[in-house]
Amino acid sequence: MKKELPEHFREYRHVWVFMELERGQVHPVSFELLGEGRRLADQLGVQLAGAVLGPPGEATSHAVTEAFAYGADLVYLLETPLLTDYRNEPFTKALTDLVVTYKPEILLLGATTLGRDLAGSVATTLLTGLTADCTELDVDTDGSLAATRPTFGGSLLCTIYTLNCRPQMATVRPRVMRMPLRTNKPVGRVIRHDLPMVEEEIATKVLGFLSDGKSETANLAYADVVVAGGLGLGAAENMRLLKNLARTIGGEYGCSRPLVQKGWMPVDRQIGQTGKTIRPKLYIAAGISGAIQHRVGVEGADLILAVNTDPNAPIFEFAHLGVVADAIGLLPALTEVFSRRLAPSRRVKLVT
Amino acid sequence: MHIVVCIKQVPDSAQIRVHPVTNTIMRQGVPTIINPYDLFALEEALKLRDSHGGKVTVLTMGPAMAEEALRKSLTYGADGAVLLTDRCFAGSDTLATSFALSKAIAKIGDAFGTPDIVFTGKQTIDGDTAQVGPGIAKRLNFRQLTYVAKITSIDLASRAITVERRSEGGTQILNSRLPCLITMLEGVNAIRRGSLDDALRAACSEIVKWNAADAGIEEITKCGLRGSPTVVKRVFAPTPRAQSAVQIETSDKTLRHVADEVVASILTQQPALELALSSNLA
Repeated sequence: MKKELPEHFREYRHVWVFMELERGQVHPVSFELLGEGRRLADQLGVQLAGAVLGPPGEATSHAVTEAFAYGADLVYLLETPLLTDYRNEPFTKALTDLVVTYKPEILLLGATTLGRDLAGSVATTLLTGLTADCTELDVDTDGSLAATRPTFGGSLLCTIYTLNCRPQMATVRPRVMRMPLRTNKPVGRVIRHDLPMVEEEIATKVLGFLSDGKSETANLAYADVVVAGGLGLGAAENMRLLKNLARTIGGEYGCSRPLVQKGWMPVDRQIGQTGKTIRPKLYIAAGISGAIQHRVGVEGADLILAVNTDPNAPIFEFAHLGVVADAIGLLPALTEVFSRRLAPSRRVKLVT
Repeated sequence: MHIVVCIKQVPDSAQIRVHPVTNTIMRQGVPTIINPYDLFALEEALKLRDSHGGKVTVLTMGPAMAEEALRKSLTYGADGAVLLTDRCFAGSDTLATSFALSKAIAKIGDAFGTPDIVFTGKQTIDGDTAQVGPGIAKRLNFRQLTYVAKITSIDLASRAITVERRSEGGTQILNSRLPCLITMLEGVNAIRRGSLDDALRAACSEIVKWNAADAGIEEITKCGLRGSPTVVKRVFAPTPRAQSAVQIETSDKTLRHVADEVVASILTQQPALELALSSNLA
C-alpha cells in the first residue's frame, strides 16, 4: 500500500503543534497536543515545535513562553496585527506559508471551532491528508503517523495514514489527550516569519464579539466534576435536580444527545461524540443509558458513577460505580448527603 | 440569488450495528436519512431565497440511491437537484470529496447561474470531520464562514454579508463578501414541512445526474481512492473495559441510605475528591 515518498517531501521533518490563541488566551488543547507531540517527536527522534500566530504584544509572547514550558524545542512565530482576531484568510495563509517554508512532517491542531476551520483550509491548500478528531496518535515502525479516530458515531475506531503527502495533519479534541506537566523551561530558539499580506486583501472583517459571559459559560470540558442527565430524567423540569447537585459539589452539568434534541438543554451542554469530551475527576451519569456515542466522550473520567433503572444499560459496562435506581429520586438524596458530608471541611477552610 | 446546498445521505447512526465477529458495519436494514445538520443549511437557503428571490439547487455526491435524499429536498422546496455519481468517486476522503464537489458546483454555475452562496451542514453524522465545507471553500476560492448561527444581513448590490459565527466562548460577528461558503450550525432553524405543490413538483421533477465527465472533471486521479491522501488501514471495535461497575445494592434501603453508601464509596475510591469537592465549594 505504501509507496516511496516523493522526493520533494523527504525533507519534511519534525512535529509541530499549532498554538491556538484567541482573544489573548492559549486554548488548553494546545498544551495537551504539545504533550502528545513531545511523545511522537521523541519516538521519531526529531524536534517538537510550536507554531504561534498572533498580534504583537504580551498575549503572543506569553503563548511563546508557554509553548516552551509545555515541551516545545523551538517556536515558529508569526506576529502581525492581521492575526488579532481569528479570521480564516490570514490564518490559513500564515500557517500554510510556515509549513511550506519550514516543512514539518506532522502538524497537529485542536479540533475546536477555530482549529477545524483552519485545518480544513490549510490541508486543502497543501493538498495533504487531514484526520479529524483523533483519539490516539502513534508512530508506525516506518515512521508514519498512525491516527486513530472514532467512526460511525463512535461505534468503531479506525486507524488512518496519510500516504505520499506531507505534512501529515490531524486534529484532536480538547480533553482527549492528557495535560502534560508544566516546566519552567526558558524560552529557546524562536524563528520569526513575516506574513506578506495587507488588511485590504482580507475580505472578512470582525465587527464584534459577544462573549458567553462567565456565568453562562459551560466549562464542561475542563470541569473537575460533571453531573449529566439522560432520557431517564423523564421531564424538562427535572433538569433542576442535575443543576442542584452540580452546584452543591461545585461542578458543571451536562447531558446526553437526546436531551438536546428534545430542547431540554442547550447544545453546548452536550457530552459525547458530537458534543464535548470531558475528563473530570468525578462523572455522575443520571438516567443515561450509555450509548457508544456517549461513552467516547466520558471514558477519560477518573471515576464514573452511573445511576439507571435498567440493570442492563450499557453504561454499567464502563462505569466504575453503578446504582440501579431511579435518578429522579437519587439525585436529591445525593445532593443532601454531599452537602452534609462536605460541610465540615468547608467550615474548617473558612476558619483558616 | 443562486444558492447551492451540499447535502449527504447518511445511515441513521443511531441504528447502526457492528457485526460482533467481523467488526464491520452492518448496513443492511439501516435506514438512510439526509444528514440532520444539512437540513439546517437547506432551511437557511430556502429562507434566503424566499426573502431575496432566486433559487436553491441541492447537490449531493453518492450512489444512485442518494437520489432519494435529493427528492426529499425538493419536497421541502428546493428548486433543483444534482446527483454527482460515478464509480470513480468511490473511496474518496475529504480532500477528494471537496475536489469533486467543487468541480460540480462550478459546473452548476455554468449551467444554472453562478452561486452566490454555497451551504453545507457543520459536519456529517457519519464522518464527523467538518472538513468538506472548508475544502470546497478553498478550492472555489470562496470566503469561508463556518459554524454560522445566524445570517444577519445580505446586501446583493454591494456583495456584502454579515453573520454571527460560533467560536470558543462566544459569538463572532463577521462581515464578508459574496460568494462565500457557509457551514450552518445545528438548532438555528427547523426545516419546513413543504407545501403540497412542492411535493407534487418533487414527484415529477427530473433529478440531474452527472458522472465525472458531465461535471467537467478530467483529472480522475484527483478523485476516489487515488485522489485521497488519507487511507484507512484498520477498523476495529473499542476494547471493552476489563471490569464492569461495582454495583451498590439498593434493595430494602431508603434512598438516603443508598446515597450515603454511594458518597462513601466515591470518596473511598478517590480520597482526593473530598478536598477537591470542598474547595470547589469555597
